[in-house]
Amino acid sequence: MIILFELALTLYFAATIVGILELFRSSKATERFMLLLTATGFVLHTANIIVRYFVAGHIPITNMHEATSFFSWCIVLIFFYVEYRYKVGLLGSFIMPLVFLLMLSSSMLPREIKPLNPILESYWLGIHTLLAFLGDASFAMAAGIGLMYLVQERFVKRKHLGSLFQRLPSLQMLDEINYRLISIGFPLLTLAIITGALWAESALGSYWRWDPKEVWSLITWFIYVFVLHARLRQGWRGRKAAYLSILGFGAVLFTFFGVNLLLKGFHAFVK
Amino acid sequence: MNILVTGLNHKTAPVEVREKLAFDGEKLSKGLDALLKLSEVKGGIILSTCNRVELYTDVNDPEKAKLQIKDFLAEFHSLKREDMEKSLYFYINEDAIRHIFRVASSLDSMIVGEPQILGQVKEAFEYALSKKCTSVVLNKLMKKAISVAKRVRTETRIAENAVSISYAAVELAKKIFTRLDDKTFILLGAGEMAELAVKHLINNGVKNVVVANRTYERAVELAREFSGRAVPFDTFKEEMEHIDIVICSTGAPTYILHKKEMQQIMKRRKHKPVFIIDISVPRNIDPAINDLDNVYLYDVDDLQTVVDANILERRKEAARAEEIVLEEVEKFKKWLNSLDAIPTIVALRSRAEEIKRAELNRLLNRLQGVDDRQKQLIEYAMTALVNKLLHPPTVVLKEDREDRDILIAAIKTLYNLEDGEDG
Repeated sequence: MIILFELALTLYFAATIVGILELFRSSKATERFMLLLTATGFVLHTANIIVRYFVAGHIPITNMHEATSFFSWCIVLIFFYVEYRYKVGLLGSFIMPLVFLLMLSSSMLPREIKPLNPILESYWLGIHTLLAFLGDASFAMAAGIGLMYLVQERFVKRKHLGSLFQRLPSLQMLDEINYRLISIGFPLLTLAIITGALWAESALGSYWRWDPKEVWSLITWFIYVFVLHARLRQGWRGRKAAYLSILGFGAVLFTFFGVNLLLKGFHAFVK
Repeated sequence: MNILVTGLNHKTAPVEVREKLAFDGEKLSKGLDALLKLSEVKGGIILSTCNRVELYTDVNDPEKAKLQIKDFLAEFHSLKREDMEKSLYFYINEDAIRHIFRVASSLDSMIVGEPQILGQVKEAFEYALSKKCTSVVLNKLMKKAISVAKRVRTETRIAENAVSISYAAVELAKKIFTRLDDKTFILLGAGEMAELAVKHLINNGVKNVVVANRTYERAVELAREFSGRAVPFDTFKEEMEHIDIVICSTGAPTYILHKKEMQQIMKRRKHKPVFIIDISVPRNIDPAINDLDNVYLYDVDDLQTVVDANILERRKEAARAEEIVLEEVEKFKKWLNSLDAIPTIVALRSRAEEIKRAELNRLLNRLQGVDDRQKQLIEYAMTALVNKLLHPPTVVLKEDREDRDILIAAIKTLYNLEDGEDG
């Protein structure tokens, strides 16, 4: 079990390094090599999660180690979706460092499987967390794409058209993918909040408890409402949308790490 | 068997000379026939493009062949030998191989890396092949040249960057917009460079073309040429709401579009990106417009800078391409040497020896009670059989015959003699 995780971590690390090298000089071969490393890492990572599922008896996201690992797993999943659907060159170079850092922090957190707090034992656990993580992963990818947009936009504006410019996708494509990912992430987040409320009602007796995670999720939700509204009504596309998606992901990260580490509540994995 | 390249190109001959020596239309077929009639020529291919005329030949004696081909060219095109002689270059064997590889890889082109030449080389080869004018060595050489060119293209970025202003504009448009076929484009004014850019854009899929010109008749004329729509010049700012790409080339002495106006336009089009190319001198578009979000303005100097950088980039890539060519020339030389008869004879003999040994062992295992003397006799008979069978081909291969390379290739194929070359 441990070895699966370490192997996945190592492969993601290798993919990150290859991805960074790719920024400077790339060929089809290095690109494929990076994908291969990531895919192999992903398979082992999946195996690791499955093993933990059977050992624990429930979806393995009930401590910080598991949650962070599962978060990275979801990002890689979305990465493959975008890669397959849009064939965006260099996407891995921008997103794998994040995946690796998440996995690295996951590896440093305590891993023992503790018995689940009976209050949390419910089918909502799987549904709620899966929705939340897939939503967060879409936002992570939107931020990565947003960063690529900002880099490419800078090249075009500054009229600096080097080889990186040649290899990055067009601005329109990056903007479209960014929008697409946010419009996938937003309903997922909304559903995660709703299912969370339903679960809270059935387990704790009230829909909304102003738990810090709930508050921060709501803040994040409002940020993305604004992102979508500004795009559709005001035409905030391109650079502004890219900045906003990075800001939104900042809120996601704080909701995820900040709340769990700094604040307490039912989401903090602490009894 | 010797490979000889005879030719002239844009570096050695002006267009007046090149066009006189061109093998276009009917002349190609007749030219190939006449070329093959030369006594020194065993196979030939003629490549004739607007930048070069080259004859790739498989010849007996290169020096004699040179003279024959020179005479043939003069006679065929009814020119004086002296008039064209100074434009011609000749390459023999290794140099010829390298030259052909470089031509196919677009390293010898006027614009290094331009992609058409490979297609032209292929066509020239296929035509000669269909007329059965080539030889075994030429076939192999041309196939190799094509694969070297492909290798150069995949392993270097020689053909990737635009090296003309109008191409650079199209390349940029493709990096701003994913697709061009759903974009609307306006031409303000006219001019050679602007029209060239319009043509490139149309070739790359732009369908909706709007033309505005101070002289409305001229706008109508251009609109007809590009199957677009002409609008009065004064209305172009209203049109801009739906315009994604602008090429501006008017003779106006001042800015015709200011930042404030563009801001209004962007609001109306909900900030959908606009790419503006201002090739007028003096500039017609306020440069400050480039500071607006989702507006990308390039003037003629910006594009020229891009082109210069690209040319530099191509030169760097060309150096890597030359290395690939050298490497491939070495490989091809090895293959050519292997066509020499000796290695083939040796391979044939050792293959026969192998078979003899195997059969002998099998026979001796099955025969009981054979004494050493009898064994010796059996072996002797087998050896004699092998030698008698192999004697005639050995003698023929050692002769200096015209069709020796064909025979060698045939023997290699018939007896499956591979010499470990990937070819």
